Amino acid sequence: MESLMSVSVGAVFWASLSFLIALFILKKFAWKPILEGLSEREKTINEALESAKEAKEEMARLKASNEDLLQEARLEREALLKEAREMKGNIVSNAEAEAKEKADAIVKKAMADIEQEKKAALSELKTQVAEFSVQIAEKVVKKNLSSNSDHMDLVESLMGDLKLN
Amino acid sequence: MHNFASFFKHTMNFNFPSTRIKAILLLVVFLFVGLSYTNKVVAGEAHGQEHGEIKEDGHAESHTAEKKGFDLSEMIIHHVGDAHAIHIFGDLYLPLPVIVYNKDKGGIDMFSSSNLYEVKHGHQVFKSYTSSAGNTYTLEHGKIVTPGVAHGESNLIDFSITKSIMGMFLALLIVLLVFTAAARGYKKNSGKAPSGIQNVVEPLIMFLRDDLITPAIGEKYAPKYTPFLLTIFFFIWVANLLGLIPFIGGFNVTGTLSITLVLAVIVFIVTTVSGNKHYWKHILLAPGIPLPIKFILVPIEFLSIFIKPFVLMVRLTANITAGHIIILSFVGLILMYGQQSVNTGLGVAIGSVAFMVFMFFIELLVAFIQAYVFTLLTALYFREAKQEPHH
Repeated sequence: MESLMSVSVGAVFWASLSFLIALFILKKFAWKPILEGLSEREKTINEALESAKEAKEEMARLKASNEDLLQEARLEREALLKEAREMKGNIVSNAEAEAKEKADAIVKKAMADIEQEKKAALSELKTQVAEFSVQIAEKVVKKNLSSNSDHMDLVESLMGDLKLN
Repeated sequence: MHNFASFFKHTMNFNFPSTRIKAILLLVVFLFVGLSYTNKVVAGEAHGQEHGEIKEDGHAESHTAEKKGFDLSEMIIHHVGDAHAIHIFGDLYLPLPVIVYNKDKGGIDMFSSSNLYEVKHGHQVFKSYTSSAGNTYTLEHGKIVTPGVAHGESNLIDFSITKSIMGMFLALLIVLLVFTAAARGYKKNSGKAPSGIQNVVEPLIMFLRDDLITPAIGEKYAPKYTPFLLTIFFFIWVANLLGLIPFIGGFNVTGTLSITLVLAVIVFIVTTVSGNKHYWKHILLAPGIPLPIKFILVPIEFLSIFIKPFVLMVRLTANITAGHIIILSFVGLILMYGQQSVNTGLGVAIGSVAFMVFMFFIELLVAFIQAYVFTLLTALYFREAKQEPHH
């Protein structure tokens, strides 16, 4: 048991020396780069997560504003459509009214023309009838009236004709 | 054997591949551990037979057995203790350098330990050696001495690279190689995902940093002590594991008092140097305590600064040595019964090897736990040294 519980100066010397050298080398060439690398990476990851969160929020904001824009556009479109529809209705009814007016005017004018033509024709007819009457009268006068009654018959028939016209 | 056979059969019958792999691994470890001690068994038996100690009447514990037969405690002390050569197996001993400072002559002698022994049937037979400077040395109870000089009046200081020191170098070298390789990875993969050895090392370092060191010391001072504590942890752990690897000579690095003493002294120095005003006031003045009690408390508090690292040292040494002793005891059982008859020895071997495997797993766990406990307590001592007045 003595050999187990004894401390040797040489072993203590070598153990101290080797441990301290190893501690120094490890500290400088292993732990420092490893621990720095770890915290660096943790920082990068945290930053990445942070920026991802920000990007997500930005996206949400953009999406919300897009939604708003879309909603606005939809309303505008509806308003435009409504307006257009109204305008169309107006145009059509206006056109109808105008067309009716024009048609009425044309008909009216045509009627007036007809009336006028009719009047003109009648007056011309009257003139001609008068002429014819004069001619007839001439002829009748020129011809020997065999009888008064005959004469009268003739005049009457002529007059009758005239009135009919 | 029956139990084990049925146990394996039972285990193998599961259809899950992972269970099967586990069973195969267990079997491999079983064989490995068993085999690693077989050479000792064979050597012991050969030795016993040669000296004709297998008694017909079955009484191995006769008076001759004490001289020539198998001595369990001697075998265990031999394997657990430090040595000047590494016994691989059988007749194969790796010699180690012997470095001796001779106080009388004021010179250093350096030579291979193979000059101090001959190997006969797996055992070292020691002889004396005269160096080129004309000094004669020999090995007595594992110590380098000048023949004829009484123990306690030794004129030598032994600076030899012993088995444990070699094991310590090896453990430190492994730690250095692994972690500098990992550190290169951190430089190479800076800003990228870790690769290769980084993935092995990183969870361990993260675990120690985030779950042990930082909670123990506190955010403020943890970064200052992290490199030291990581070194302590990985050195102890690797050294503990080194002692469990068969075929490399059975290192007992962390069971060697000289080495754990160095660790404890370094912890003591760092704690003492780190101690702030509040720490010393707390120990030397014990504020807020009635005067009569101060006379009792202050000496106790003062002693505690030495006791704490001392306890660290004893705990580690005792735990690791005890683990080795238990495993070796099971080997010893085989050898003891092997002296009665080879068949008895083989019969005992079955049970012994089973227990050794069990102990082997326990020791794997202990290797980690002891490194963890040492590091945790050290961290707590540092925290105490850096404690702020409000608490």
